[in-house]
Amino acid sequence: MMIRMSLTGGLLASAMLAAVASPAFAQGSGSATLDAVKARGQLICGVAGAVPGFSLPDSQGVMRGLDADSCRNVAAAVLGDANKVKFANLTTTNRFTALQSGEVDMLSRSTTWTLGREASLGLMFAGVNYYDGTGFLVKKALGVKTAKEMDGATICVQPGTSTELAISDFYRVNKMKFTPILIQDLAEIQNAFLAGRCDAYSTDSSALATFRATQTNKDDFLLLPDIISKEPLGYVVRSGDDKWFDIVRWTYFATVTAEELGVDSKNVDEMVKSSTNPDIKRLLGTEGDMGKQLGLDPKWAYNVIKQVGNLGETWDRNITVLGVQRGINAIWTKGGLQYAPPIR
Amino acid sequence: MSATTAGTQTPARAQPDANLPGPIAWAKANLFNGIFSSIVTLAIGAFVVWALYGLVQWAFINAIWWVPDTAAGKPDPTSCRLAHGVGACWAAIHDKWRFMLFGAYPYNEQWRAGICIALFLGLFYVSADRRFWNKNLATIWIGTLVVIFGLMWGGFLGLPYVPQDQWGGLPITLILATFGLALAFPLSVLVALGRRSTKLPAVKLICVAYVELIRGVPLIALLFMANVMLPLFLPDGVNFDKLLRAQVAFIIFAAAYLAEVVRGGLAALPKGQAEAADALGLNYWQKTLSITLPQALRLVIPPLVNTFIGFFKDTSLVLTIGILDMLTASKTAMADPVWQGVSTEIYVVLAIIYALFCYTMSSYSRSVERKLDVTKNR
Repeated sequence: MMIRMSLTGGLLASAMLAAVASPAFAQGSGSATLDAVKARGQLICGVAGAVPGFSLPDSQGVMRGLDADSCRNVAAAVLGDANKVKFANLTTTNRFTALQSGEVDMLSRSTTWTLGREASLGLMFAGVNYYDGTGFLVKKALGVKTAKEMDGATICVQPGTSTELAISDFYRVNKMKFTPILIQDLAEIQNAFLAGRCDAYSTDSSALATFRATQTNKDDFLLLPDIISKEPLGYVVRSGDDKWFDIVRWTYFATVTAEELGVDSKNVDEMVKSSTNPDIKRLLGTEGDMGKQLGLDPKWAYNVIKQVGNLGETWDRNITVLGVQRGINAIWTKGGLQYAPPIR
Repeated sequence: MSATTAGTQTPARAQPDANLPGPIAWAKANLFNGIFSSIVTLAIGAFVVWALYGLVQWAFINAIWWVPDTAAGKPDPTSCRLAHGVGACWAAIHDKWRFMLFGAYPYNEQWRAGICIALFLGLFYVSADRRFWNKNLATIWIGTLVVIFGLMWGGFLGLPYVPQDQWGGLPITLILATFGLALAFPLSVLVALGRRSTKLPAVKLICVAYVELIRGVPLIALLFMANVMLPLFLPDGVNFDKLLRAQVAFIIFAAAYLAEVVRGGLAALPKGQAEAADALGLNYWQKTLSITLPQALRLVIPPLVNTFIGFFKDTSLVLTIGILDMLTASKTAMADPVWQGVSTEIYVVLAIIYALFCYTMSSYSRSVERKLDVTKNR
């Protein structure tokens, strides 16, 4: 019955679109995605669903992680309730088609922002919630201090990943040789590394730090300082719906701004009442019409901060507990890359 | 040799040992028959004892059954990590079993999914009993399935509504397997009959094309088609349920394989059966339904069950399209950094669950074979 209802609804909607293409838009907010999300009362957000720290169900089945919280941010901004999210688990193969076909409203699935993806897939990257990069984990007993000392090394790497390409580029540029050991399964590749089948284990440095932190003898391992590729992981939306793009992008900026201004989920109510800082007042909707300009409630950013938290809070909750340093992911005032244009 | 001993494990021996009864005599004749035989027996025996000792040490004696909670309310896996490689970490199963069995189904509502599993098992049990093989069985099936889906979805009598994308774990495996096979089987019979049809060349052509086309494509490709390609052809906003799409792909795929099994049974029947039916003046459907088809199906019980078992396990392929069946849910549970390195234990539990289902199917099929084997017992 559910299916039939959504089917008829969809048919009706498309029939209306076909009949009165532009007037139909004029009635709504100007964003087909925003209208669809509001009508549905739920944001459908594509996540990986199996990456610790980013999106992984806990033992109770609730999706946790930085990517999951990014989805909650948008739901809080648009619908006023961070729990009105439906998480769609997507694989690396079907993630872009799911977004293109409208199965999901946005993608927050540890997806690297590249020119190729943005230019040719009809997608737009609205923000970066994690600046990652390919790194190497070695055993200290190997006596290696930097990646450049690893000529002739055997390296455990998952096949078909951007890591594999990054390593071969790195070795080619440095005119060195390496032997890849390609293992698809995550548990298997980690066991292979622990068993000494390879000198180094390479993947995104966040995952390496997590892996190292969960070992009993973690001091026997060394995460090399070299980051050999740029992997900015971000929020992705369909191109052609600029209004929706703005909403997703500025929701992310709001979490950065909140951290910069020291507004968090615990003091936000206090800030609403007593803050005299015009930046904070504009952010929380007590001054100006920032929300209205985005087509949202004036309290859009308040809802995000109150229900999910600022960027630093989501980071601490999801990533710090894995034993990963914040590093370049700090906000710009603390020497990191997270920077938001003014909300004005 | 009579047909009754063909299935037992005793190897055929050249020399009769009727004058040496008892287990010692049996061992002497079968295990220590000469020097070479004795050495092999001892070597294998030592290996089995050694392997069992290691298994018992790992699975029971050194195993960690329970871990304390940290201050944050999460389990503290330190003792498990110290025991890694020496003892099993059953504490991880203790923490994750509900996620493995029910996936992302809301935690407080998981009793509903649990009842559904019990209902499925009850349904299988009732269907297996020949006393229930009458018209009531269809009513029982429809009734149970309505209850199962009612419980899973909810939205009435104060039960909160649970959308399908939150279902997961064993109920998904059972739904996919039960519907897949229950609907594919009748379809496969029709296709098999169509393929053998002599009077309807168009039908025959369609059936041949269907079987060959579907058999020529891997199941993963079909699942991808259903999951990734189909939405691209549909207008914006029209969205079939993902589970339904996977289910249809399964039915189509299973039916193509089963059709060939059924066709094999039809082809194996002596021509005289059909000719005798024709001579009695029976029409096509009378002949098929009461003469040829029952005999053909009885002939192909072993390959049918073979395909059934294969498809039960193939349901785990839905992991490629992001449906949280039991295997996917368990693999997701493994990804939890708290339990990093605990994968063997989870796979062991999964293997036991799958093996129980598959063994039940195969032993049941053997009993059905024996009971239906009217010609040989006559």
